[in-house]
Amino acid sequence: MSDQRFPTQDALDSLRAQIQHASENGTSLRIEGGNTKAFYGRPVAGETISTIEHRGITHYDPVELIVSVRAGTPLAELEAALASEGQMLPFEPPHYGPGATIGGTIATGLSGPRRPWSGAARDFVLGVRLLNYQGQEHRFGGEVMKNVAGYDLSRLMVGAQGTLGLITEVSLKVLPRPGACHSLRLNISLNEALSQLAKWGQKPLPLSAAAWHDGALHLRLEGGPGSVADTCRMIGGDSLDNAYWEDLREQQLPFFQQSNMPLWRLSLPANTAPLEIPGVDAESLIHDWAGCQRWLHADIDTETLRSVCAQAGGHATCFTPDRLPESAGPFTPLEPMVAKYHHRLKEQLDPQGIFNRGRLYAEF
Amino acid sequence: MNILYDERLDGRLPQRSKDEVLAELSRSIPDLTLLHREEDLRPFECDGLSAYRVLPMLVALPETLSQVEALLKQCNRLKVPVVTRGAGTGLSGGALPLEQGVLLVMSRFNRIVHIDPEARIARVQPGVRNLAISEAASHYGLYYAPDPSSQIACSIGGNVAENAGGVHCLKYGLTVHNVLAVDILTIEGEHMSIGSQALDSPGFDLLALMMGSEGMLGVITEITVKLLPKPETAKVLMASFDDVEQAGAAVGAIISAGIIPGGLEMMDNLAIRAAEDFIKAGYPVEAEAILLCELDGVEADVNDDIATVREVLENAGATEIRLAKDEAERARFWAGRKNAFPAVGRMSPDYYCMDGTIPRRELPRVLKGISDLSRHYGLRVANVFHAGDGNMHPLILFDANREGELETAEALGGKILELCVEAGGSITGEHGVGREKINQMCAQFNSLEITTFHAVKAAFDPQGLLNPGKNIPTLARCAEFGAMHVHDNQLPHPEIPRF
Repeated sequence: MSDQRFPTQDALDSLRAQIQHASENGTSLRIEGGNTKAFYGRPVAGETISTIEHRGITHYDPVELIVSVRAGTPLAELEAALASEGQMLPFEPPHYGPGATIGGTIATGLSGPRRPWSGAARDFVLGVRLLNYQGQEHRFGGEVMKNVAGYDLSRLMVGAQGTLGLITEVSLKVLPRPGACHSLRLNISLNEALSQLAKWGQKPLPLSAAAWHDGALHLRLEGGPGSVADTCRMIGGDSLDNAYWEDLREQQLPFFQQSNMPLWRLSLPANTAPLEIPGVDAESLIHDWAGCQRWLHADIDTETLRSVCAQAGGHATCFTPDRLPESAGPFTPLEPMVAKYHHRLKEQLDPQGIFNRGRLYAEF
Repeated sequence: MNILYDERLDGRLPQRSKDEVLAELSRSIPDLTLLHREEDLRPFECDGLSAYRVLPMLVALPETLSQVEALLKQCNRLKVPVVTRGAGTGLSGGALPLEQGVLLVMSRFNRIVHIDPEARIARVQPGVRNLAISEAASHYGLYYAPDPSSQIACSIGGNVAENAGGVHCLKYGLTVHNVLAVDILTIEGEHMSIGSQALDSPGFDLLALMMGSEGMLGVITEITVKLLPKPETAKVLMASFDDVEQAGAAVGAIISAGIIPGGLEMMDNLAIRAAEDFIKAGYPVEAEAILLCELDGVEADVNDDIATVREVLENAGATEIRLAKDEAERARFWAGRKNAFPAVGRMSPDYYCMDGTIPRRELPRVLKGISDLSRHYGLRVANVFHAGDGNMHPLILFDANREGELETAEALGGKILELCVEAGGSITGEHGVGREKINQMCAQFNSLEITTFHAVKAAFDPQGLLNPGKNIPTLARCAEFGAMHVHDNQLPHPEIPRF
């Protein structure tokens, strides 16, 4: 029986060969797709292994709401294919450049403005194919909506940045684009905005994005035409160009260009009050994701910032690690017990430390 | 074929005398409730998969986390296996005890720790019943979305262990999509918090790894779930078809119209008759299939969607379409579906529930395959589906008192699951592998993939003491079972002993 699960292709063969070579020679590899998110993490030494030739949508059935796509496929190409069928990636991933690939999107696990309402990249991953440290192909999950057979290694790969294996293909759940979409701008204070969002959050409103900055709350409503129109009337405010959300997601708003200080992403529980960060005016932050994701430009002691976030139940990630002192890592250090099991997983799944060594944390 | 633990295939288990373990545990954790007499152990001999029963060595009923911690440390030291159990409603034998193991029952951890309506989260202990969360959140206008049919009884800890679904998961997701954080105790008795109340955490997504891990990686001690605002309205359409394939095609047509229903369920004639006989839901007993399509959300959108779906169903050949006229009728329509399993249970001394998933487009072919298998094995099969997400629950009717009929039902069930895998699907959508589908895992995964699963297990539980024999088969079992997926006729790791 021929095995449909692993199409043989030159690109895949060459990825496999490169990993096998590294495995045999004890060298390490630096995984690269479109090279748009290299900034997001610690620098990695090693020979570059590129997924860019391993591309193409292998299966897309709009009726099934599932698409399978090879890692090197440009994100823009995938999104265009979905849009032609009136569908989308609900987690609105950031591109950070024209070359972004789906492999990098899933490996970094980043999500856009719709995340608190729709779910994150990891929530839409149904399956992955990957090459392990010996270049052997594995398939976990699959092209079905529900699958609880075995451990969920597909989702474990999301955000692991290739440190546990090389993702070669991803299957994703997709959804129809909403029938109506309208954005609003409300001139209200940060405190008013946060308390209003906490109230609205308890109601079944068609909210799909909410960001406060520059003295105003920006909202996006998506759903059926009836509910979007009703909610617009209830909330009031001024119309806002829907393109705002793409600018926010892609860090193209003036806020992101204005400063040479380190850029921080703060991830916080819902309904967290404005943070008291020493020397920082809370109103200078972008409060995206209804306050769950906040963007900050600040030259601030890393440990101080992380401790403020930890007290609020969150964590801080630096999006410009090159602007940090060498001792500080971009990602919040792990609790000792959690770190212990990270080490053990890495030892089990990449015992030679071939893949993206040190990308997340210096130790692995 | 016997699915009980077989040391020859599933690995040697440490041999400890019951008296010794009881004495050690009683001495080191004097305030822990330990059951050891046969009559006390008997109620714990099975979970929801009641065809398989094993008396555990001991049952532990802890009331405090320090007792659980001490128990795990002792079992780790004594090398005694630990099987964790919640409410015992699981359908795949995930909490099937071991003769040489301690059954750790978490049902006394049944407290809702905290509900924060403004942050829309609830912190709960693992023994809290699924439905109790929604009931407690109800007066804030909130609820917990995943709703397995056993939700009045099943515990949230068990839901996490199995990554439970329900009739609303096409739109609202599985347990993995609705849990923000878990606290666990490792087999070494270490406390670890995974995830957080924020929407993401640094490092690997260990939270996803814990979901559906069937008590193999740690013992869940607290869970933080996401709460959602209750939809303003929910309406349900029931469509009758005189052809099962047409009903299947109608499901795809609804999705193609850009609509994601809150629930989209299908039942075949045998299931319809059983449910109607039991619940008097008002189902059309002559129909070959019915679809229940629930649309929920804001009133204006729901009304628009009802109109669209009605048109789609008409075009798809529905012979009758009824909109539940009020909340009472809507509840009745759902009661028929949610009680389909016990309803079928009234028609037959025993039934065996399968849980395969398939790409929806394969529905007609797989239904035909099931019907052929049913005839071949001489056992009736009633079909109930979460049609929207391709999750099938064929119910095999049999009589365990008839010589060989349980074995026939198992064989038929195994063939149905293999049919699902062959159609590009999975052997389990929401019930878990447990002990029940341990052999079919060998059909879904090749030996390399299974070896990688064992590597993950080894990272958390190097001695293999947490729920041994569940979820992931040994390579020896796959080799014996004979369905191991061999790629290009090459057995990887030929050096690994398989017998």
